Amino acid sequence: MNNFSYVLKRFLQMIPVFIIVTVLVFLMIRLIPGDPARVILGEKAPLEKLAAKRVEMGLDKPLIVQFGIYLKDLVHLNFGESIRYNQPVVELLKVRLPVTLLLTLTSMFFTVLISIPLGYLAGMKKDKPADQVVRGFSLFGLSAPSFWVGMILLMIFSVHLKWFPINGWGADWGDRLKSLILPGLTSAIGVSALIVRNLRNNIVDIKQMDYVSFAKSKGVGRLRICLRHIIRNALIPTTTLLALKFLSVLGGSVVTETVFNLPGIGSLLVNSILARDYAVVQCLVLIFVVVVLVVNLLTDILYSVLDPRVTLQ
Amino acid sequence: MNKKNLNILQVENLEMHFVQKNKRIKAINDVSFYVHKGETFGFVGESGCGKSATCKTILRLLPENGEVVRGSILYNGINLLEQSEKQMRKIRGKEIGMIFQEPMTALNPVLKIKEQMYEQFLGSDMTEQQKHDKAIEMLRLVGIPSPETRLNEYIHQYSGGMRQRAMIAVTLAAEPKLLLADEPTTALDVTIQDQIIRLIEALKEKLGMSMILITHDLGVVSEMCDRVAVMYAGSIVEMADTQTLFAYPRHPYTEGLMQSLPKDNGERGKLNPIQGMPPDLSRLEEGCSFFPRCKYASKVCGTTVPQLREIAQEHWVGCHHAEHMEHAIGLICLEDAQHREGRT
Repeated sequence: MNNFSYVLKRFLQMIPVFIIVTVLVFLMIRLIPGDPARVILGEKAPLEKLAAKRVEMGLDKPLIVQFGIYLKDLVHLNFGESIRYNQPVVELLKVRLPVTLLLTLTSMFFTVLISIPLGYLAGMKKDKPADQVVRGFSLFGLSAPSFWVGMILLMIFSVHLKWFPINGWGADWGDRLKSLILPGLTSAIGVSALIVRNLRNNIVDIKQMDYVSFAKSKGVGRLRICLRHIIRNALIPTTTLLALKFLSVLGGSVVTETVFNLPGIGSLLVNSILARDYAVVQCLVLIFVVVVLVVNLLTDILYSVLDPRVTLQ
Repeated sequence: MNKKNLNILQVENLEMHFVQKNKRIKAINDVSFYVHKGETFGFVGESGCGKSATCKTILRLLPENGEVVRGSILYNGINLLEQSEKQMRKIRGKEIGMIFQEPMTALNPVLKIKEQMYEQFLGSDMTEQQKHDKAIEMLRLVGIPSPETRLNEYIHQYSGGMRQRAMIAVTLAAEPKLLLADEPTTALDVTIQDQIIRLIEALKEKLGMSMILITHDLGVVSEMCDRVAVMYAGSIVEMADTQTLFAYPRHPYTEGLMQSLPKDNGERGKLNPIQGMPPDLSRLEEGCSFFPRCKYASKVCGTTVPQLREIAQEHWVGCHHAEHMEHAIGLICLEDAQHREGRT
């Protein structure tokens, strides 16, 4: 089967998943207690006003009818309006989505920056002091919760050293970049812990493979052995893991954005759930799902690119 | 003519240990041998006897815990053990090349054969076209059909016999003067073994190489080698030219190896293995390392390590009783006047 038809097949397989998730999200947000009308009108609003508001919002109709309306809007790419911000969800996303994407990219950047050298070092110096230190870091990163790491980083670099803003999103790009560094680092530490371990173990295995000896027996230089033979092979499983971890960084944005008070979709999701902002929650969860599906597909494709033994089928 | 000038490789008193946390494994014990220019020198012995370790030591490819305790390895008069890593890189590949046992693991699975072949040309001033032509020529030489497409394939796309051919092509692309072949046919099925042996033999002649062939297959040795060393527990126990060794084995272990081959006289019978197991190389006891398994052992064998002695011209045996091993039956019969003369 050629690659194009494989990708097409995978996209078709996404459709049922997407439909099921749509139903689940729709039900879930409505099954938790709470009433959007009451959130809008406040605790003390009289019952008649609440009832009127519900009719206005279409919440008095049976669930199945509401779902029908939701689906119809979805097909027309109408994602509804936020009751909390009083603006279309699409408008909200235009502002919020780039923040989260930048945050995720920043932390992936830091993850690669931290974990590839550390994993390589630990793997090549197995059981030596350098390895012990890296493994210590890895254990720390795996066990320390990200909100705590975030706060410690804030305390050191923002409060004491005053290198970075304490929270919020700057007005111009220079400030924004600055305010991305600590949150990016926070989620990178947790993720790199895992990547470092994985890469270290791969390096330990691969450096004693026959093909490394064979390359040496040809008189290939050290640098080339490291890059083309050891790292090139060790990175195959690690890259796959890294791609999948992209998703946990994205999911982790819910926590990091809250700690650092960044206006991304993670904090938006939390606030919208609290405010029973149905339209926003539905849309955000769907976005997360689509990203997960697409990233998984890209990971599989990437894997086959990196490892010629793997074919797409 | 000075004999030393004929030797492309001369190994003297080589001793190598693998150092583990609380023990030393004496993988190579006082091994000395030489390889003439143009000859094929064989190493036989069972797994773990130090054949491969010797090869890896020559190319200085030992893992980190491999430690050369003493000895020298002279390649054309240069002691390889004293070369810097940088100097070794010039010797590896271009001067001494190596064929590994298992091409599937010895060739990098994610690099095209082309790239692995081209690695042999690193540092040379060949143009891209020359590299390409040379690579194609090598694949053609080892008998790989449609080399143009094969060059751009990965090793997993090759079939069993083709894989070993590809590895041979990669190793020989650098035109080494000395080829170390570490069990080149062991991973192959019997029909293909024969083809590969013939191929190596032919290429050796064509390119004028010398060769060290490591194997546990006596059949391969008798077909290919000019001289043979039998290794046991890290030491050479017997060394002679192939005909002499096969006709007059004088070490009990060599005899045992030959006796353990299945007889091809058509009768079904039991195999005749050497009883017992090789010793633990981290706890070598006093005396001959073959002592516990030897049916001719006497008191002296348990207390004194036998030295390798020249019992006939160029026939070296490391056994206290070598002179009394005349009853040992070899695999071939020879007009043996010369050998007897030499011994008495």
